[in-house]
Amino acid sequence: MEGGKDLKQARTESRRDFLKSWPIAGLAMLVGMKFKAVPLWASTDAPYNAREHKYGMGIDVAKCIGCGRCAEACKNENDVPREPFYFRTWVERYVINSAGETTVDSPNGGIDGFPPTTNEKGILRTFFVPKLCNHCEDAPCVQVCPVGATFTTEDGVVLVDKDYCVGCRYCVQACPYGARFVHPKTKTAEKCTFCYHRITKGLQPACVEVCPTGARVFGDLKQRSSPLARFQRFRKLHTLKPHLNTKPKVFYADLDEEVR
Amino acid sequence: MEPLAEILKQVTGYIYPNEVELHWSILIVLYPYLTGLVAGAFILASLVRVFNVKELQPTYRLSLLTALAFLIVAPLPLLAHLGHPERALEMFLTPNVHSAMAMFGFVYAWYLTVVLLLEIWFDYRKDMILWSENETGLRRWIHRILTLGVFDLTAKALRFDNNAGRIITIVGIPSAFLLHGYVGFIFGSVKANPWWSSVLMPIVFLFSAIVSGIALMLLLYMFTTLVRSKQINMACLDKLASFLFYALIVDFSLEMLDFIHRLYEAEESIRILGQLVASRLFISLVIVQALMGTIVPLILLASVSPALHPRRALVKVPDELRRLLYAGAAVLIQIGIFSTRWNVVIGGQLFSKSLRGLTVYKMQLLGGEGLFVAGLLLLLPFVILYVLIKLLPPWPDAEAHVPLAEIEPEGDLQPEVAAAIASEA
Amino acid sequence: MPKQLTRLIIVFTVLAGGMLFARHRLLPKTFGERGHYRAAAVTYIQNLPVKYAGREICAGCHTEIVASHSANRHQSVSCEVCHGPAAAHTESPGEVKLAKPNKRAGCPLCHRYDPSRPTGFPQIDPQTHNPMKPCITCHNPHRPETPHVPNECSACHGEIARTKAVSRHAGLDCNQCHNAPVQHKVTPRTVHPEKPRTRLFCAKCHGKDANSSKEIPRIDVDTHGGRYLCWQCHYPHMPEGT
Repeated sequence: MEGGKDLKQARTESRRDFLKSWPIAGLAMLVGMKFKAVPLWASTDAPYNAREHKYGMGIDVAKCIGCGRCAEACKNENDVPREPFYFRTWVERYVINSAGETTVDSPNGGIDGFPPTTNEKGILRTFFVPKLCNHCEDAPCVQVCPVGATFTTEDGVVLVDKDYCVGCRYCVQACPYGARFVHPKTKTAEKCTFCYHRITKGLQPACVEVCPTGARVFGDLKQRSSPLARFQRFRKLHTLKPHLNTKPKVFYADLDEEVR
Repeated sequence: MEPLAEILKQVTGYIYPNEVELHWSILIVLYPYLTGLVAGAFILASLVRVFNVKELQPTYRLSLLTALAFLIVAPLPLLAHLGHPERALEMFLTPNVHSAMAMFGFVYAWYLTVVLLLEIWFDYRKDMILWSENETGLRRWIHRILTLGVFDLTAKALRFDNNAGRIITIVGIPSAFLLHGYVGFIFGSVKANPWWSSVLMPIVFLFSAIVSGIALMLLLYMFTTLVRSKQINMACLDKLASFLFYALIVDFSLEMLDFIHRLYEAEESIRILGQLVASRLFISLVIVQALMGTIVPLILLASVSPALHPRRALVKVPDELRRLLYAGAAVLIQIGIFSTRWNVVIGGQLFSKSLRGLTVYKMQLLGGEGLFVAGLLLLLPFVILYVLIKLLPPWPDAEAHVPLAEIEPEGDLQPEVAAAIASEA
Repeated sequence: MPKQLTRLIIVFTVLAGGMLFARHRLLPKTFGERGHYRAAAVTYIQNLPVKYAGREICAGCHTEIVASHSANRHQSVSCEVCHGPAAAHTESPGEVKLAKPNKRAGCPLCHRYDPSRPTGFPQIDPQTHNPMKPCITCHNPHRPETPHVPNECSACHGEIARTKAVSRHAGLDCNQCHNAPVQHKVTPRTVHPEKPRTRLFCAKCHGKDANSSKEIPRIDVDTHGGRYLCWQCHYPHMPEGT
């Protein structure tokens, strides 16, 4: 009996010690998680499975300040040519005056900021709208590519295979949003990839990463709780050119009717 | 980059930043023009072969050769335009069946082999055999190889050639419709572009193709006949002019329908498209395509050709003047149809998809997609046609006929026929 | 069968056979594995180099700055917005140093006054706002509270202020209608100014028997505008009249 009691006591003590160590372990884990950027899936060593994801983006027009950091970061991250004719993402400014006339501009995609609006008097409404590839579910660019060089991945991202593209430019014509261009050196089509090389590692796209006001919200549409899910719950959403039925996956909140 | 910076300065209103670079150049204007001529020339040939318009017989073989010459050149502007022409074979390896452009490779291959080459083969087979009997050297070998070793000249074989040719022509008519109609569909199915997106686009393309094809054959027939110092068959020319008129009426009606429909519906894009036509496209559309390319030829043809009355024209003019007026009308039509292609292809890219701005097209003079290359590609079919004409003369007097004595009889001959054969020998 | 047909069938069969053989040799290996595209392309794109490290990584070394930064007004501003892409720096922190934007060029990109920016976003006119000094002289970018509470509402509500300044209400101070507590200038999102609620408020100047200057237009408070409150038709910062 004594041995048993000792064992019991030993067990209790060890249990107590174990329990005491829990908060510390927990805290260490929290600290570790907060300060070490380890993507969740990496810790389990499972390879990335595209079928489990479906990516989309939310854009809060009310929050965009038109600073152009997103367009700049995109060109940095993706080695986009610096000339003002090639953009994977850009920011437009809309100015509607009291006479109801709308002026739109996007000097160098918004990268260098915007010149002052010439006449402040008589502005009725004015705002910035970031634009990018909408990664449509029924992408017309994918439909018209003759060789299968542009395609939709299993996780809903529309990509271009630059080693297979023949450069016919049909996809550029078919895109209603002006999201595509042809790279002057590779002579192949190019566009926003949702920073596929980043999101598949658990990072945010470059434009989302640097947006200072949180106007861009990126997420997995298959995830029930995420900033994008909250965005979709609380905001009234619009997509661009809905009458074309491309089913875009970039959702705009507070989109004005003047925006094309 | 510099031409793009120049374009940026001339943009009016707002265009998406990626729209500064115009993507489809004059080469893509040239391509539907060339395939249109193919389809048009073939339809003319089918008028003879299937619809038995006897007056047009002198143009039959010339139309087939013209169609072939232009068909050979047709893919070249496309190849020249591709960013990676060396990868063009991918369209045959992994065609995307949802893409009209991918289907081009197969429609083209079908039309070239099953329709055009086969029809020419069946039509010329006996000629090639008979010509080769009196030829020497390379020419003899080319003709004999082209017969694919089928030297059969029996009446049965000749009848088979004739029937096969007729069936192929019948199959060829919808194939020609498909060959050029799909080009219209390539534009007409782009919902992103309100200038292109239209149900009428394939039909308009097809009829303007027929118009340009008939006009081309009219000019070619006149030119080749005069160069050979032969007499122009006025019945043939009048018939060509009449058909040209009918096709032009239909084409004009379709264009007017599109115009009226757009104005009436006044859909969102009407404002920027109106600005487009009034500023960037005024000369090429209103002056060249509509006025010079359609209205003036219509008036000319209506007045001097027998199109509107079976026996006489509204305005009777002597043959020499009539020939000149026909040629003039045909030239205006060619310019007008080229302008039509320009207005569709370039016009569709001169306005922004934001519907808020207009840009400009700076055509290069030299360079892979420049005017010079386009001009060369426009001349090349005529060079090829010259070679084809030398190889396979399409003239009625060059046609070889199997002598009666060589036709192997089937069954017993009638005594009169036997006597005729005996007297010929 | 006529000889023409047999010969043609042979020719076509040879051609077709040749094409099929060519296709077999030329078709890319990974094509069709996951869809009508080369699966190898997806792998290629996935393996492209990353230039921006992501804000979570910075805390690993720069703990204090991150701690202070994430409790303040710039908490939504990622480190790399100002310091540039940092992936190379996280790989070899000793060799690759990041820029510190301590001149005046960086901050006005966001904070320069622009009427298109949402109201409430702090904006200054770079030409008049301490023009010679670098911004960091008075503002710590990681803790960007202003050195003192702004005197004017226009510091954050620039567009409204400029609109009002050329309107008939130019002489009205913001506080005459909004009565903003001082705390609003310190924690603007937690403490809000008031807005008038009844017609009687505007009637203080615009009513028929109001004790106000003769130039001010008068209306019958009870009937003018029917069911609508004053600001449901008139924009108080630029009162247009009818």
